[in-house]
Amino acid sequence: MPINKDMIRMVLIEDVIVESPTVKTFIFKDPLGSVSKPGQFFMVWIPRKEELPLSVMISDKKKYAAITIRKNGYGSTSLFNKSKGDRIGIRGPYGNSFSINKSNRNIILLGGGTGLVPLIRLLYYTKALQTRITFILGARTRSELLFTGLISGWAKESKIEMLMATEDGSFGTQGYPTDILKDFLLVNKEVDIIYTCGPEMMMKKVYDLAIMYGTHIEASMERYMKCGIGICSSCCINDKLVCTDGTIFNETEIQKLTEFGVSYRNKSGILTKFRL
Amino acid sequence: MDYDIPINIAGLNLRNPVIVASGILGLSQNIFNRLYNLGVGAIVSKSISLLPREGYRNPTIVSIDNMSYINAVGLANPGAESFSLEISKNRGPLIVSLVGSNQDEFSIIAKKFNNLKILGFELNLSCPHVEKMGMEIGDDVNLVYDIIKSIKKDITKPLFVKVGLGKSDILEVAKIAESAGADGITAINTLRAMKIDIQTRCPVLENKIGGLSGIAIKPMGVRCVYELRKCLNIPIIGCGGIMTYEDILEYMMAGASAIQIGSLIGFKGINSVGRILKGLHSYLEAANINDIKEIIGIAHK
Repeated sequence: MPINKDMIRMVLIEDVIVESPTVKTFIFKDPLGSVSKPGQFFMVWIPRKEELPLSVMISDKKKYAAITIRKNGYGSTSLFNKSKGDRIGIRGPYGNSFSINKSNRNIILLGGGTGLVPLIRLLYYTKALQTRITFILGARTRSELLFTGLISGWAKESKIEMLMATEDGSFGTQGYPTDILKDFLLVNKEVDIIYTCGPEMMMKKVYDLAIMYGTHIEASMERYMKCGIGICSSCCINDKLVCTDGTIFNETEIQKLTEFGVSYRNKSGILTKFRL
Repeated sequence: MDYDIPINIAGLNLRNPVIVASGILGLSQNIFNRLYNLGVGAIVSKSISLLPREGYRNPTIVSIDNMSYINAVGLANPGAESFSLEISKNRGPLIVSLVGSNQDEFSIIAKKFNNLKILGFELNLSCPHVEKMGMEIGDDVNLVYDIIKSIKKDITKPLFVKVGLGKSDILEVAKIAESAGADGITAINTLRAMKIDIQTRCPVLENKIGGLSGIAIKPMGVRCVYELRKCLNIPIIGCGGIMTYEDILEYMMAGASAIQIGSLIGFKGINSVGRILKGLHSYLEAANINDIKEIIGIAHK
């Protein structure tokens, strides 16, 4: 019988990587999850605590999958506090994925915080292609810049350029990754596509720049989720369900999403404005 | 797509008998419009309470074997005020589901919606996982009678009453509902159920107990509709585990005038609505059935 991806699979945490003072990656054996496409997500159950949607991270071992979590709320902190030997539940992978076009010559990956996770998976799948990759990443401060070792390791053998921004200026450019993008697009006219994931207001700026420069864009949306399987509509953005229609939308789709960068559904389903 | 399988139920003319059940894709006008465009006969909203409810912490739904789910969402909904604004421009076949804990609450909620462009109401008397709401009310037959009587005074549109397999006899609750003025019965709601993870030795759902839906409950739903048909004069909407057009036929032969789908969308996606309608339409054509009314309750003959 094929595995039903909707049924929770209990997995054993076999390795924990500390990515920053507030971010950890958990690695576990999960053949189904190990072949997730870049951009797909799991619903992760922390027994007795909560279930969270989390983007699938990469693992270098075959048949292994990984997730990366920043401690923030109740559920994410209880996951962050898990260690080697603990068990968590996984269902999925869910959602669509970033498109990979082998004929692209010049692509940009832009992310902030744990929004980098699906982009790392995307990078893993695109780094072997003959594509020039510019990876623009940002964080509040130097110690929260994630995955820089991983990316620079790959950069040795692939055409990857890494550009970094910190809000406090403790590393790289002071400001936001979108500031770097703005300058980059001014001098590099031949960008085929921008992939982005991170805070919605950041992605809104990336979208506006992509439209201004006539570049394709794919953005991974985040909304409050309950079911992950397209029935509760908690995660809806206009007439799209982020869990099953997304999480990734391109410029043609985003153009119709009038709620993008403007409003989201709160836990009770009330359309609520983003605080700017 | 528009599949022409017209049906009249409680004075409502639906283009087909396939209704999206309460709790499924039930809070956004944009999503309602998408479902209308996919061809659904009607949509029931999420159960709307007087005030907004955030519901339970996740996990709120867990999949079990054989295309079935257990859910305890906790009646998360935007509340009457916000939802009446959400659907203020609705033009589609929408039924608003109501949930509350006493007559006064129901009265305020019902009045908020009665003048909007909606088809009617469904009273949720059978939510199996929230205290003092839903099933606990449905199990008190005197309260059921009083609530329906009072809601009927406040509304001019049809009222369907959704019943389930709670502590009280479903047939008795449905008969009481009919005598109080209900225009139709929706049967059945989810059944109280539970999933425990044996490795971590704990219940999966945050609320521990939830409501079972999907294929597992279909035979019980069919039985309830069959027995309800024998003792009621008002129409029945059949609900519980419908995954194929054959399941629709089974419920209708048992006595349902229309049916609701829910879990199907979880397993097969939002476009499955169109596929089940296409299947039903093709069957009726091939079987040379001109009016689907012909098969309603045919199993009783």
